Amino acid sequence: MPAILVEHISKQFSGVKALDDISFSIDNGELFGFIGPDGAGKTTLFRILTTLLLPDSGTAMVNGLDVVNDYLRIRQDIGYMPGRFSLYSDLSVEENLNFYATVFGTTIAENYELIRDIYIQIEPFKKRMAGKLSGGMKQKLALSCALIHKPSVLILDEPTTGVDAVSRLEFWEMLKRLKNSGITIAVATPYMDEASLCDRVALIQNGKLMAVSTPIEVTKTYPWKLFSVKADDIFGLLNDLRNFPGVHTVFAFGQAAHVSFKDRQTGEEKLVEYLQMKGHTGISVHSADANIEDCFMELMIKT
Amino acid sequence: MRTLLFIIQKEFLQIFRNKGMLPIIFIVPIVQLLILVNAATFEMKNIRVSVVDMDLSSSSRKLISKYEGSPFYKVVQTTFSYDEAMDLMQKGKVDVIIRIPNGFERQLVKENLSKVQFVINAINQAVAGLSSGYCTSILIDFNRELMQDWLSPAQMAGLKNIQTDFSYWYNPKLNYKTYMVPGILVLLVTIIGLLLSGMNIVREKEIGTIEQINVTPIRKIQFIAGKLAPFWIIALFELAFGLSIGKLVFDIPTVGNLWLIFLSGGIYLFVILSIGLLISTITNTQQQSMLVTFFFMVVFILMSGLFTSIESMPAWAQQVDRLNPLMYFIKIMRMVLLKGSAFADISSLFYSLVVFAIVMSSLAVWRYRKVA
Repeated sequence: MPAILVEHISKQFSGVKALDDISFSIDNGELFGFIGPDGAGKTTLFRILTTLLLPDSGTAMVNGLDVVNDYLRIRQDIGYMPGRFSLYSDLSVEENLNFYATVFGTTIAENYELIRDIYIQIEPFKKRMAGKLSGGMKQKLALSCALIHKPSVLILDEPTTGVDAVSRLEFWEMLKRLKNSGITIAVATPYMDEASLCDRVALIQNGKLMAVSTPIEVTKTYPWKLFSVKADDIFGLLNDLRNFPGVHTVFAFGQAAHVSFKDRQTGEEKLVEYLQMKGHTGISVHSADANIEDCFMELMIKT
Repeated sequence: MRTLLFIIQKEFLQIFRNKGMLPIIFIVPIVQLLILVNAATFEMKNIRVSVVDMDLSSSSRKLISKYEGSPFYKVVQTTFSYDEAMDLMQKGKVDVIIRIPNGFERQLVKENLSKVQFVINAINQAVAGLSSGYCTSILIDFNRELMQDWLSPAQMAGLKNIQTDFSYWYNPKLNYKTYMVPGILVLLVTIIGLLLSGMNIVREKEIGTIEQINVTPIRKIQFIAGKLAPFWIIALFELAFGLSIGKLVFDIPTVGNLWLIFLSGGIYLFVILSIGLLISTITNTQQQSMLVTFFFMVVFILMSGLFTSIESMPAWAQQVDRLNPLMYFIKIMRMVLLKGSAFADISSLFYSLVVFAIVMSSLAVWRYRKVA
């Protein structure tokens, strides 16, 4: 039995389709990522899974329990971390944790094992008000609170948004450890680079799932020949590349431009020649493997 | 049960940690009680009078001296010109003009009948009504003295006369503070209770904490009860505090059983807090909640019978007022405190409040949705 099973879920908000006939399943103990831009429908999907929102049609099951009919039992089984920090900022770290433990009918001591690795990092500040914590510490506290009742499924809505790069890495390390202890994790993120850290990812856009697969499989489906191109004048480079015959897409990607060609015959020499003719300096061109972001862009064009 | 106690504990922690809230809860009402009771008075003192005496006879002087001697009046102007007096009234410096026409005494002697004119500023009709009442009662007094002076004892005996004496029950000295303190106290605990509860759940909605709460197995009734209990305790404490101030500072009578006050007070506050929480569950921002709360509060207070008597409202308004919990509790407070009413006397009011409590709290629990 999959930990989460979603079949043909749709949800509309005053005529706008937030979710459009979505189906997928997440296995037990899987770290599953939902990758998509803001407004793609990630939060709506998570709210349905956490029984906060009713779907217009379709069914969703968590641990074999229906989100509409068995919502009370689901709430015992899941840990949810909303996208917005939603602990009491006028209660201290310890008081928040204590509160959520009690609300779930347990105590901190009982499940301390599970949160120890995370909580130990914020324990020195346990008397501090939650509102006065830094972004990274807030996330750790929120994760501790979501875990304190030993849920079997963890649902995290953009946990790393607004957190610095180091804390983000740390956070994903923690998720890995939780996954190894057998907890199923569904996580939403707008950051493409976090996709490769998941067991499987779902690319979501405009309420539709565009691909559900392992990160490597997703990148393997990329159909075109891809080059990474650099030059001194990056803005001019992007414009000139778009006018190159046979070009499919051009996207800025950090300091380089990712260029794809429908025509597999196009070689590096031709491209370099063209750019030199246009008067570019500091040109470097080499073929590249597609990453998740390239695939995402590609899928967005198709739909 | 443990969960409920914990929610209550958490609410108390948050209330006492909120530095801005404590003075609002504890100091403001006390200050208001002290100020309002002394300021909101219906008693008339220092009615400013302008005397236009065109007669200048011994009778007219005698009449004027009665006004001068009264503690209610202060003669600010004596003139022969009605226009001058009117001018002062236009400027708002005079409340009443007493105009005694030329030939006042002569007519009185010759025809046994004479006329005096009172011109009363009726910008505030309540004040005007009271002024005219005082003026005529002094005039009646003056009339009786005239008869005593002019008639022989034999003639006096021939006159049929009914003498009226008043004795004011439950408030013998007509001390308005006795009347106002219980009412204002109810008003204060109502404002505090309604505002605190009205802002509470909606605040959790605004800062987003409600979302985390909603995915927990907390039951709706636990959540609402956990929100209601702390405010209930605070408001009851405030009622006790206010009553002590009423007793110590204003020496209001406490004829009836104080337990009866707190029993009905407990039910009443339950109603008020439920209304507040209901408002809190149906609104989305603290601003909305505040406006809705304010609207209800103004209607409740103006129709509570504190400032205007309910009996003089039109019949339809009296029917509408049956939905006003404030009206019930102010009545109970006055009846028990001033009159010493027992439970049997206030039972119908009491049971009305119980019905309110059940309806409002069920509505609040029902309207609270554990969904986004």
